[in-house]
Amino acid sequence: MATSGAGLDPLAAAAARLRGAGRWHRSETLFWLLVPAGYFGFSSDLVLLAQIAITALFALSLDLILGFAGIVSLGHAAFFGIGAYGAGLLAQRGWGDPLLGLGVASLAAAGAGFLSSFLVLRGTDLTRLMVTLGISLMLFEAANKMTGLTGGVDGMQGIEIKPLLGVFRFDLAGRTGFLYSAAVLFVLFWIARRIRYAPFGRGLNGIRQNPVRMPALGMPVNARLVAIYTVAAGYAGAAGALLAQTTQFVSIDVLGFTRSAELMLIVVLGGTGTLYGALIGAIVFMIARQGLSQLNPEYWEFWLGALLLAVVLFGRGGIVGIAQRVVERIAARGTGGAQ
Amino acid sequence: MTILFDGVAYGALLFLIGVGLSVTLGLMNFINLAHGAFAMFGAYVCVVLVGRAGVPFLLAVVLAAIASAALGALLERLLYRRLYGASPLDQVLFSIALVFIAMAAARFLFGAGQQALHLPAYLRGQFNLPGIDIGVYRLFLVVTGLLIAGGLQWAATRTRFGAQLRAAVDNPRMARGVGIDVVRVFGVTFALGCGLAGLGGALGVELLGLDPGFPVKYLVYFLIVVAAGGSGSVGGTLFAAVLLGICDVAGKYYVPQVGAFIIYAIMVLMLIFRPRGLFARGAGR
Repeated sequence: MATSGAGLDPLAAAAARLRGAGRWHRSETLFWLLVPAGYFGFSSDLVLLAQIAITALFALSLDLILGFAGIVSLGHAAFFGIGAYGAGLLAQRGWGDPLLGLGVASLAAAGAGFLSSFLVLRGTDLTRLMVTLGISLMLFEAANKMTGLTGGVDGMQGIEIKPLLGVFRFDLAGRTGFLYSAAVLFVLFWIARRIRYAPFGRGLNGIRQNPVRMPALGMPVNARLVAIYTVAAGYAGAAGALLAQTTQFVSIDVLGFTRSAELMLIVVLGGTGTLYGALIGAIVFMIARQGLSQLNPEYWEFWLGALLLAVVLFGRGGIVGIAQRVVERIAARGTGGAQ
Repeated sequence: MTILFDGVAYGALLFLIGVGLSVTLGLMNFINLAHGAFAMFGAYVCVVLVGRAGVPFLLAVVLAAIASAALGALLERLLYRRLYGASPLDQVLFSIALVFIAMAAARFLFGAGQQALHLPAYLRGQFNLPGIDIGVYRLFLVVTGLLIAGGLQWAATRTRFGAQLRAAVDNPRMARGVGIDVVRVFGVTFALGCGLAGLGGALGVELLGLDPGFPVKYLVYFLIVVAAGGSGSVGGTLFAAVLLGICDVAGKYYVPQVGAFIIYAIMVLMLIFRPRGLFARGAGR
């Protein structure tokens, strides 16, 4: 390895490496400069940009359980929907403060995530898959039938959001909506990043790689999985609340199977377990969808499927994985003579 | 009684479509969410043959099954085979991708609307017995389902191929060691399952309807049939399918405001209380 600490204590060297891994990299600052760049450079597309930020947050939430803990979920839209309907209902009843709605919605989703985690964490991957799918379908049916509460297939109308912090109105151009979504995304991303490099996140990584060994190291596997599932559900709820608040409308497809499936595609496309993969996947996916569905809206699903197929068959590690390999190859060529 | 009978007929359909999935998912451990797409393919083939080419209904159904089997064999060769050992995540993504492509293709070729199929006169109408109305077509479905179930049971237990399949599933390495061409056995079985799905899809146009959303709409039903029926057991799958059919028809008839909620709840409860028993073979991996 590059660390030439031959004389150093190996334990201290390892600890230093672990600490160094979590350090904020220059390229990350560059990445987040995309937010002001988007705000000033594409000021006519801010509604789309806000959608991207929300999708990115949702993808981040799935990455927490799929990429970190290795739980395959086909029903993550359930929590997104709970968040969206929660925020929508609050606003409909006159509690339109966005931050209050955001908080309550993510707590509600986290609560639902906590309760369902006990069902999800039993059994094999296949059982998990079906339980998550079943739970989200149940919620979809429930929302579909409770038309008095949710508006059913017509969607929830009459949501009125008060100005953010009492000052910034949600305008039609989506200026407030975008900055609000991006700010929430950044804060939650920062927390997720802290989780990843904390012992807790490293433990999850171990669970994903070898679930049999971790208990032997004294790790309470199930408690950890319950915790991360709850956190991820809360993230998804926050994303749902953002969508309800910025669009001031909740349609029933927030709970749909397609949303869960697309989400999985986004995370895998970007690269699982990398955090930035989820964000990059969301950006690429949303822009591709915008472009392709303008081209021909009916057959967008075909390209979606083809893309997914290509990623599964050829694109190991998604965009981030490919980029990493390219960077490594260039680096290897640079130092090729020294080897 | 009529509801009971309708439920049984519905269950027979679910059995036909689901039994192929029970082999791929239950026995071969391949999470194939695209199974409904093969049923949809068979259904469209049948609709086109009957509606546009004027082929007799029964012949069209058989042709639809053969076409689905051929498509299944082709895709197995080209794509599925690469992913037999892959992680569940890859298999899920791969089969969802197939579903999306199939749905878009169906919409491109046939439009988003429901497809209608005109049954021949001898399959229409119903008998009115005291206390029960038996639709001729539903009776036909039940008989077909039972015949196929019997045939599969016989094939799995009494034929050389059935023995090879069971050996290949139980221990692929050992099976290969004694000279069974495991890859070919799996390929043929997969194609057979797809063919049955196509058959079920073609027969189901009348009951289940047909539109491009078919693979997703009924995905859960197929999964429940497999989950409840136990892996690869013909009898268990049939029993589970009929039970589900009755529950669903009765639920929709007596408590329509709850709708499909019931069967999802049943599925989740079942998975919770029998999480390992349902996939005993899969869990032993």
